[in-house]
Amino acid sequence: MTNSTKNRIKDRIFNFIGIFATLIGIIILGFFIGSILYDGLTRIDWDFLNSLPSRKAEKAGILTAWSGSLWIVIFTFLVVVPLGIAAGIYLEEYGDKSKLSSLLEVNISNLAGVPSVIYGLLGLEIFVRLMNLGSSILAGSFTLALLVLPIIIVATREALKAVPPSIRAASYGLGATKWQTVWYQILPAAGGGILTGVILAISRAVGETAPLIVIGALAYVPFTPSSPMDEFTVLPIQIFNWISRPQHEFTINAAAAIIILLIITFIMNGIAVYFRNKWQKKINW
Amino acid sequence: MKTKIEAKNIDVFYGDFQALRNINMQFEENAVTALIGPSGCGKSTYLRLFNRMNDYIDSFNMNGEIVIDGKNIYEKNVLVDELRKGIGMVFQKPNPFPKSIFENVSYGLKIQGIKDKDFLNRRVRKALEQSALWDEVKNDLDKSALALSGGQQQRLCIARTLAVEPKILLMDEPTSALDPIATAKVEELIHQLKEKYTIIIVTHNMQQASRISDFTAFFYMGDLIEYDKTDTIFTKPKNERTQNYITGRFG
Repeated sequence: MTNSTKNRIKDRIFNFIGIFATLIGIIILGFFIGSILYDGLTRIDWDFLNSLPSRKAEKAGILTAWSGSLWIVIFTFLVVVPLGIAAGIYLEEYGDKSKLSSLLEVNISNLAGVPSVIYGLLGLEIFVRLMNLGSSILAGSFTLALLVLPIIIVATREALKAVPPSIRAASYGLGATKWQTVWYQILPAAGGGILTGVILAISRAVGETAPLIVIGALAYVPFTPSSPMDEFTVLPIQIFNWISRPQHEFTINAAAAIIILLIITFIMNGIAVYFRNKWQKKINW
Repeated sequence: MKTKIEAKNIDVFYGDFQALRNINMQFEENAVTALIGPSGCGKSTYLRLFNRMNDYIDSFNMNGEIVIDGKNIYEKNVLVDELRKGIGMVFQKPNPFPKSIFENVSYGLKIQGIKDKDFLNRRVRKALEQSALWDEVKNDLDKSALALSGGQQQRLCIARTLAVEPKILLMDEPTSALDPIATAKVEELIHQLKEKYTIIIVTHNMQQASRISDFTAFFYMGDLIEYDKTDTIFTKPKNERTQNYITGRFG
């Protein structure tokens, strides 16, 4: 066999390996979604969305779970968006290139890689116990806000970095202060990227389970929350709870709740993609 | 003639590299001064000293004074943003904001806190007329500035600068990205603006320097080689290097 035939065979072989590697994730995901839909789709109806949890599977619903998720998302959003964007602006536009800011930068990148259960322990110690918030929506939101903060900071910085320096020069050249330049020129131009980061961060928060279990969110909350200091549950915890029960009917409930959770995440990611594309069209350097 | 700007004993460093060496120069009011020289000679760095745009470069360091209207602008108590309101700058490449034409031209006034709609309309119109762009865009003031051609964008950037009515105009190769027709329009504009403004322009184009400027300074490797009336520089330069450069023998 000549060398060149050998090389061509190698090429072929790698081609197959590549296709396999690419498809395996998609196939497994497809299989998973298929089986979930098969199990759960018929269980979804108005009552399922609108019922409180129950010991009888056929009566149980996800009202407390999705309303808890909604509360959590809203408060996480309110906390993390101003903090994350402000931190991103500071690091990118204001912070000098000192050792302190490079230390901050390394730490923020590291934070993004810390396992989420560690954030749960942090939240338990600081928010639940030290600040005495209990296992409340507020404690949960603060914990999740910490968890997704690095995502928003990094996305904000990337978006600010993408604004051409010539825009800054033009604004400064006209006598604008740093804040005016950031507020009137850089932030609007970077808005698409920041928004994408925010939505991705929030959709991550919707799906998080571990830190909320650690801070004491319960699967059985017989009422919908009416204030940020109430106890709560969220969709992923409800799913986790149902799956761990022996009765088959609860597994079907879990499948149905997973479908709802997937729909929410897909919609949010879809919105993120939509805004990114729209913004890119509007601003074409 | 009155001196508007004076550079005293200017040394500029980027880290260890010395970009300008002991520059002393006086700029006359209501005159056009051209800065010429081969790439990397320090002329753009020099231009950016007058509105302190080099301040954003981390390794930048300087000695000496830039005195405008009798005041050293590098003194500690100088508010840089206030200083720049009186000194307009036009850049090498057109850099309009990704906003409407009106918003581009009115931005400099907006950041000064001016909200009076009539006043803004008048100033925007005047600035666009001065930069010979009004007739082309008067019906499209709400359209995005990014939809304009390159030459129109550069005239828009000039209008944006004129709207705040500065006393000094700094131009960094303003026509290098433009075609000959747009270049002619901008040169004509510079000629008219001279009555009210003190203009310093960096250019690579010898013909342009001789056409539009009253004074010309030739820079080479961070040194000011020769500075004189434009006529003198282009007809009987005293220094051999100036002669070689303007006749195209090097650079």
